[in-house]
Amino acid sequence: MDKGIPLDNSLAGGRHPIVRLRASEGLSARRRRQALLDWLVEKYFAAAGGVAILFILLIFMFLAGEGLQAFRTIDPMRFIGAVTENVITEQTEFTHTWQPVSEVPKYSLLPLMAGSALIAIPATIFSGLVGLACGIFLSEIASRRLREIVKPGMELLAGIPTVIIGFFILVSVASLVQDVFHTTRRLNAFVGALGVSVVIIPTIATLVEDAMRAIPREIREGAYALGATRWETIRRVLVPSGMSGIAAALILGMGRALGETMIVLMVTGNAAVLTFDIFKSIRTMTATLAAELGEVAQGSEQYHALFLVGLVLFVFTFFLNMAAEIVISRMRRRLRL
Amino acid sequence: MRFPSKTRSRKIAGAFYEGLCAGIALLTLVALAWLLAGIARGGWGTVTWEFLTQPPDNGMTAGGIFPAIFGTVALTLLMILLSLPLGVSAAIYLTEYAGPGMAARVVRAAVNNLAGVPSIVFGLFGLGFFVLFIGRGLDAFLGEKLLFGQPAMLWAAATLAILVLPVIIVSTEEALHAVPASQREAAYAMGATKWQVLSRVVIPQARSGILTGAILGVARGAGETAPILFTGCAYYLPRLPVAQIPGTPIWMINPLDQFMQLSYHVFIMSTQSHNPTLVRPIVFGTALVLVTLTFLMNLGAILWRRRYRRLREQARG
Repeated sequence: MDKGIPLDNSLAGGRHPIVRLRASEGLSARRRRQALLDWLVEKYFAAAGGVAILFILLIFMFLAGEGLQAFRTIDPMRFIGAVTENVITEQTEFTHTWQPVSEVPKYSLLPLMAGSALIAIPATIFSGLVGLACGIFLSEIASRRLREIVKPGMELLAGIPTVIIGFFILVSVASLVQDVFHTTRRLNAFVGALGVSVVIIPTIATLVEDAMRAIPREIREGAYALGATRWETIRRVLVPSGMSGIAAALILGMGRALGETMIVLMVTGNAAVLTFDIFKSIRTMTATLAAELGEVAQGSEQYHALFLVGLVLFVFTFFLNMAAEIVISRMRRRLRL
Repeated sequence: MRFPSKTRSRKIAGAFYEGLCAGIALLTLVALAWLLAGIARGGWGTVTWEFLTQPPDNGMTAGGIFPAIFGTVALTLLMILLSLPLGVSAAIYLTEYAGPGMAARVVRAAVNNLAGVPSIVFGLFGLGFFVLFIGRGLDAFLGEKLLFGQPAMLWAAATLAILVLPVIIVSTEEALHAVPASQREAAYAMGATKWQVLSRVVIPQARSGILTGAILGVARGAGETAPILFTGCAYYLPRLPVAQIPGTPIWMINPLDQFMQLSYHVFIMSTQSHNPTLVRPIVFGTALVLVTLTFLMNLGAILWRRRYRRLREQARG
């Protein structure tokens, strides 16, 4: 009886009063021992379940604790821009640059945010379209056999390390893109967005597929009964019904795109200047962290500024994730009714 | 008669759009194949037995990648040891104990959120929390000068363990859900307590699903670069991260040492090398090894999962 229960054996050392009753083992004593074990096990599992919450809180606390210290030495205005002297025209002007290692360190977050947006928004639009098509194909169009080929393919694509995608773009795709679009910079935001799309297409496709599959069969049958073709059913009935799921997929995809690090670090050119031209070199928040945190002295002004960037990034993705979570749980509740 | 022709045009339009969706879906597979073929073609000539078993040589412009392979294996092993017990326990809580209440919803939201935290933020957290807070704290407590409070494999593995936690939780949950309710009910009917039902009926049946989760987690962790940038990865390390246990002839992985790692090797050699064209074959070779490792693990997990899903469907009839 006692063999298969590891916790029981450790308790049998006799530290606990209930376990010591064992000498005069009766049925009720054994029951009580089992009840105690059950109680302990439940508490252990509940604690393990709480670990995810604990880590989210810890991450937030550490980023906030280190990041907000930046405000102690840096004037908040300097996170937007600074008055600097132009070396060529010798006139003072208000510039937005991130240049922490210079005579007068510049900490404007705007170029980094613009860089992140210039990656995340095009990547989300492109992979939204592709992912929607893939999701619809997987859930509505593909035969079972075809689906069993395409779906694992998507999962394998999602499992390719991002550094590999970055490297492949660096050595071959970037030149190809330059030849097609005749850009002045080989490494630019467009190439970065393309690479990030590869990562988030499988995410969006899977979520869209799940959303479509969650739609009850009666709705499809109703549409067919009214004489709609399969595509009309998809276009006019299923896509509108699954809209909240599709929206959640796009939001989550955008969160992923904002957080993608290695690809953008390798292929966007790393120029922290404020621009909205997708064919210019840019630098995202994630790439800035990856490039600079390794060389910075702990506790320095730049160190705190970098943690502030991390905090901004975390808060952005946190809200995107929460929004998607709420949209999905609403959809589930509505479909169950 | 206008009706039939209109029906036909509707059907043609439908076929066109459906074909478009199918074409796009197949194009993503073509992209995957192109990527794999490109890496394979570039790395094919480089990957030899010597490349796999020798350390880098001649200022990283020649030689092999054995320390990086060793570091990757050691790191992911340590990671899964830290992550698996925690992830499986959390999944057991979610499926078996939590019920549909508020607590479960909050935990689930936290797990989903953890899955969406940018990998570089994990790197930041690993540096701030594990290396500087816990590591330096341990040093101060033990009166050591600098033993724990520096980047090391242990901290990198701990950081990665948090990152793969959602992967493990989600697949374990799926595996636990797959155990039929009737099995549990039968065990309860025979007077088993909840823990007995779990440890002797539910968990043994979910074992292969849990294994799948572990493999997916390892594949994910092996490919990540950003979280280990500041928590223990080394550009070049002349020795392997191993240590002899004092007084015995046994060598073991030294979790307090730094290490080389495949994905970091790809990154650093392709962007920071002073002679990018000379080392390109090495980068391609390293990339091929890394892709092969993660690809095979993912493929294995997918095929294994498909097999037991089928068995389950058959069992249900």
